[in-house]
Amino acid sequence: MAKIYSKKSVVSKSMKPRKETVSFLLSYSQALSIIKIDNRVFEFISN
Amino acid sequence: MVNIQLPDASLVKDYVAGNEDALAKLIKRHESKIYGFIYSKIPDRDITNDIFQDTFIKVIKTLKSNSYNEEGKFLPWVMRISHNLVVDHYRKTKKMPMFRETEEFSIFSIMSDDSLSIENKIISEQVEMDLKKLIEELPCDQKEVLVMRMYHDMSFKEISESTGVSINTALGRMRYALMNLRKVIDKHQIVLTN
Repeated sequence: MAKIYSKKSVVSKSMKPRKETVSFLLSYSQALSIIKIDNRVFEFISN
Repeated sequence: MVNIQLPDASLVKDYVAGNEDALAKLIKRHESKIYGFIYSKIPDRDITNDIFQDTFIKVIKTLKSNSYNEEGKFLPWVMRISHNLVVDHYRKTKKMPMFRETEEFSIFSIMSDDSLSIENKIISEQVEMDLKKLIEELPCDQKEVLVMRMYHDMSFKEISESTGVSINTALGRMRYALMNLRKVIDKHQIVLTN
């Protein structure tokens, strides 16, 4: 019987983050506002 | 219909200008490369998701605060952020190694309850009482130094100041006090162990 000597690649082609992770990032981005005043940075998260 | 793909630099510009869809496109375009890269370093889906999320949180914060200045090199920049987070992850886990309970290894073999049992408490109190009696037998000058050092936790400098002798004298008295205690203990074969 033929043997497969090649190692299975750890990274498969369909590697994708969870849908929830991406959706969290998009919501986070929408909610986040950053304002710079002088040398200070203020971050706001709106609901 | 021809599907024109905007370059990363344009999408970054759009996103900085307030177009949130541009971020969704950027994530969709590069998610498998970045996720795969992290997974190749840490083969754990949950941790990879966490690091992917942290990577983009940094990306979002940098872009929104107008601190990004690497136009045309979006993917290598994001990869570098994720690489740094992977290194941080390994640093943290090296400091706090995770132990799993197996048949050969029990966590309780390296963890123990340090508090004394009732019996050991009684023994410990007895030892302390015996030791105090022995200390009372020492000459006054030696007893004074020993009590200040061991029970009042004073430094030899403080002892020398409060007793009015030099540090060397205080050190000598401490040495003689310990020698005398050992002598008495040996002579009477007293067992002071817990």
